[in-house]
Amino acid sequence: MKKKNKLSYAKYGYLFSIPFVVTFCIFTLYPVIYTVIIGFTDLKGIGMTKFHFLENPFQNFQQILSAPTFQTALGNTFLMWGMNFLPQILLALVLAAWFSGTLFKVKGQGFFKVVFYMPNIITAATVAILFGALFGYPMGPMNDLVTRFGICDAPYEFMRNKGWARGVVAFIQFWMWYGYTMIVLISGILGMSPEWFEAAEIDGASGWQKFLYITLPNLRTILIYTLVTSLIGGLQMFDIPKLLVNKSGPNNATLTTSVFIYNQAFEGSYMYNRASAASMIMFVIIAILSAVVFFLMRDKSEVAERKELKRVERERRKALRAEGRNS
Amino acid sequence: MKKLNVSRGFLVFVYAVCILLTILSIMPFLIMVVNATRSTTEIQQHAISFLPSTHLLSNFQILTGKSFNPARGFLNSMIISVGSTACAVYFSTMTAYALVVYSWRLRQPFFTFIMAIMMIPSQVVSIGFYQFIYQIHMTNNFLALILPSIAAPTMVFFMRQYMLSTLPLDIINSARIDGSKEWYSFNHIVLPIMKPAIATQAIFSFVNSWNNLFLPLILLTKQEKYTMPIMVSLLKGDIYKTEYGAIYMGLTLTVLPLFIVYFLLSKYIIAGVALGGVKG
Repeated sequence: MKKKNKLSYAKYGYLFSIPFVVTFCIFTLYPVIYTVIIGFTDLKGIGMTKFHFLENPFQNFQQILSAPTFQTALGNTFLMWGMNFLPQILLALVLAAWFSGTLFKVKGQGFFKVVFYMPNIITAATVAILFGALFGYPMGPMNDLVTRFGICDAPYEFMRNKGWARGVVAFIQFWMWYGYTMIVLISGILGMSPEWFEAAEIDGASGWQKFLYITLPNLRTILIYTLVTSLIGGLQMFDIPKLLVNKSGPNNATLTTSVFIYNQAFEGSYMYNRASAASMIMFVIIAILSAVVFFLMRDKSEVAERKELKRVERERRKALRAEGRNS
Repeated sequence: MKKLNVSRGFLVFVYAVCILLTILSIMPFLIMVVNATRSTTEIQQHAISFLPSTHLLSNFQILTGKSFNPARGFLNSMIISVGSTACAVYFSTMTAYALVVYSWRLRQPFFTFIMAIMMIPSQVVSIGFYQFIYQIHMTNNFLALILPSIAAPTMVFFMRQYMLSTLPLDIINSARIDGSKEWYSFNHIVLPIMKPAIATQAIFSFVNSWNNLFLPLILLTKQEKYTMPIMVSLLKGDIYKTEYGAIYMGLTLTVLPLFIVYFLLSKYIIAGVALGGVKG
């Protein structure tokens, strides 16, 4: 009876999943397949929809991979992501350790969290143009600052300098995301058992030792999550490099792959085919990198430990059973 | 008072860093808001000032006298963001409900599938998406930006986690005994229980949609369909090249609604981030 009852409700499982599946197929799956196909064709020109497959199916891919601008874009994307991620994760770790510490309580924590996270919810397009204005030439606030304090005699055109242009893009990413990373890490630390820290304290561990030997190893999963999501987000960086400097800065210094794809497809000669090929290359890079990160950070000792725990548990049960039989 | 076991110097350092970061977070926006009230000549003389001036209205007139239409942008962004948020939370809860409450043969494979597609980066499929939307003549149609959010795998994942821990299955069973249909149970019993999760997810979904630039930029080509972020990107153009006051004014107008929402809901937003409820 009970089983029959369950069976009669199973159809609702399918029914309630239909909107998701249908939408996914139309708006994600079909575009994915379509993007892959376009990558092998000659589809270009504004408003064009008809296409033919190329004689050499990999022509677009070869052209993209050997294009110096794509190589520059790929290099820039990784460089600017790295320049933002390293300081971001370090600062977030330090702040998380302070804010969740047992040694001392930072007063006004709630306020600091709210303020540090704030840039994250502001429209990236707005932030990009705001920073463009702040570093404006000849009379932006930054130039006002350096000339007023006599650091430079004349206003400096920051966005004409490769290093500054890249640095500002990386800084904006850092500035927008460290608060988010901090809050995620804090919640990870607060989720740890306080007993571990108490035990370490009894053993005389210093604050630094506790952080190094308890907090950090146990944050591993969350760190992987942060790294992967930041990497996927960073490789899609678009709004800020697109809007901060005109024409991607000196010598394409801030050209990212997403901006490259956009420029290929929606500016100039509307080369949808090459943009699709570049998209697929990015897709593969993102997939490989995520897999590598997961593989590298996979905890071998934990896997072994879990096995060991299972074995002990099994033996304990066996012993208990044996005991039960004896008494 | 418990004796502190860290040195005074260290504490001073901690607070100094926190205060420095606070200044770093606030300063750009402060300069922006103040400069929105100053005339272009004033800004050219000294670009940093903490004293508001009197040119708020004239900056606004210069700004709206050209292609920038904040009211239109606000309205368009509102339609898209509200629409896509409503779709996302309602249908994600529904999909999560299917995953949690019913036992069907494809339940586990379907969940694995959702986990797998969570990481698909939206921008790398944009060319195919654009071509598809173009062919069915839905460019410049907000529905092309609203309907895709019915399938939001990340949100389904978090709704499922929340539902597993808070939804008592007994309630649904007793509703069945009382003769409630499945559809009715979902709308009138499950949705109210899910309110806290829906609220958190709705905030993030709304903010993400509001801030999105890439897809609206390629899909919306008519001026009267522009969203707030596209309006903002106009400020980069040549027509505003020397109108510094007006540029700061435009930026301020786009940030203002977000500031209001943020400071009203910051408690929930921070708690939501801590739950891991946002896509990075």
